[in-house]
Amino acid sequence: MITAEWLYWVVGAFFLVVALLILSDPSHAKRWTSGIFWGLLGLCFFYGTFVIAETAPAWVLGIAVLVLVAIAGTGQLGKGTEVTTSPADREASAERLRNRLFIPAITVPLVTVIVAMLGPKLTIGGEPVLATGTATLTGLGIGGLVALIVAFVLLRPPSLATPFREGARLLEAIGWAALLPQMLSTLGTLFTQAGVGVAVGDIAAWVVPEEIRFWAVVAYCVGMALFTIIMGNAFAAFPIMTAAIGWPILVGNFGGEPAAVFAMGMLAGFCGTLCTPMAANFNIVPAALLEMKDKYGPIKAQLPTAGIMLVVTTVFMYLFAF
Amino acid sequence: MFVLLGVALVVIGFALRINPLLVVTVSGIVTALIGGIGPLDILNAFGTGFAGSRSVTTFAIILPVIGLIERYGLQAQASRLISGLKGLTTGRILALYMVVRQVTAAIGLTTIGGPAQTVRPLVYPMAKAAEERRLGLDVPNQALPEKTAEKIKAFSSSSDTVGLFFGEDVFVAVGSVLLITSFVDTNYGLSLEPLNIALWAIPVGIVAMLVHGSRLLMLDRTLKTMAGVVPATAATRAGGAL
Repeated sequence: MITAEWLYWVVGAFFLVVALLILSDPSHAKRWTSGIFWGLLGLCFFYGTFVIAETAPAWVLGIAVLVLVAIAGTGQLGKGTEVTTSPADREASAERLRNRLFIPAITVPLVTVIVAMLGPKLTIGGEPVLATGTATLTGLGIGGLVALIVAFVLLRPPSLATPFREGARLLEAIGWAALLPQMLSTLGTLFTQAGVGVAVGDIAAWVVPEEIRFWAVVAYCVGMALFTIIMGNAFAAFPIMTAAIGWPILVGNFGGEPAAVFAMGMLAGFCGTLCTPMAANFNIVPAALLEMKDKYGPIKAQLPTAGIMLVVTTVFMYLFAF
Repeated sequence: MFVLLGVALVVIGFALRINPLLVVTVSGIVTALIGGIGPLDILNAFGTGFAGSRSVTTFAIILPVIGLIERYGLQAQASRLISGLKGLTTGRILALYMVVRQVTAAIGLTTIGGPAQTVRPLVYPMAKAAEERRLGLDVPNQALPEKTAEKIKAFSSSSDTVGLFFGEDVFVAVGSVLLITSFVDTNYGLSLEPLNIALWAIPVGIVAMLVHGSRLLMLDRTLKTMAGVVPATAATRAGGAL
């Protein structure tokens, strides 16, 4: 069975190449610390395979991760001098290549979707080829590699290193935000282990008015949104708020229709995801990727929608779930 | 209850705009210590947490190809393409993209888009080009004012996220639907059909499409107001970084 580990190794190898490009650039403002950061991050992607397989101690990776945080968190990551084409060059190149430029960009989602849909159906001797739940990741990996080959054939860049220099340009623009989603995932685990969820659930169960259905619905929906804002993930909030309010009060006391209560409870959580920096992969990474000055820009654009949708979800649950 | 101190640290840290990596790491360590987790276990948690969440960083694999096609004028071509389609304004492009994103996510094609896959290479350049055309800027010698560029970037990102969130829940085999059914089935002895959960997501999804779609369409008016305040000729180069 093929797992997603090969993809993590490819991503790790890309980070190592970026590190080498930085270390070999004497004009880079923060040559050593930036080089060490991306190099160590790359090695962590390889080492992680053995942590998952439980053949290597996890604490070693833990220390490495803390070193990464120390480098990036203290502003030791810099950007190299950009060696890309000028706007005029790009205009001329677009004039020549026209819509063929879109072919590599469209190749990525196209291949991803084909692999994600057909991958799970592939079997050899009755055994599935792809490990459960990895078809999408495999698709993204294959899509990225196929698109790179297509782009090479189409554009004929001056050297093999060109796409990696251009990739490094984008990666350095993202900077520390690239590591944030993984750190938040760890924080979620630590929160759960330390009992944060239980504490929040206790408070929620304590403040919720048990007699009035409307306020119980509001408590469940707003609680889902608030707890998601704290944890950055509606999946973490759902079991706790459901155990505290959704199941015992809304379904138990008031006889709510379980499917409706839980479905809309989850959607109320999604409203929270739209407005929290803790959901970094949806809110902070895109800002970094678009090289925005204000890293909270996407959240600000989403806030009014999130507010309106929270009200809508709450009202729908009150009207239709009982 | 004292473990909630860790949550407070996160809130304060983000409010003070301290580097989020530091905030999250310190809060994790503090919470774990209060919760009685030993130092070695904390290091183990950081190690396994990192190893187990590597999938969220795999978007990096498409950066070389995106960087390469940008080098050869992807954004310039996006703006040439848009300049031929006069009816397409920034707001209409983003609203159209959001609808496509939501509908495809609802039939299970969640990976068809994303900040790296579509927003940076395709959506933002087109949305930006539409505004440049409306202002009659002489690209690449004139760039959008930074504030305008930031606004378009923020809404480009939001069109992808909102479309995804309120679309994916309609698909039965998606993580959130399966989490609901597996959690309540194991804990409360119910046997909920994923399809029932998914059906309830449709009315909310339609409202979300109308709400955010209207806001995206109204962005055109906001941009007009902004252009009135900041004359295009006084544009800074900052917006042209992409």
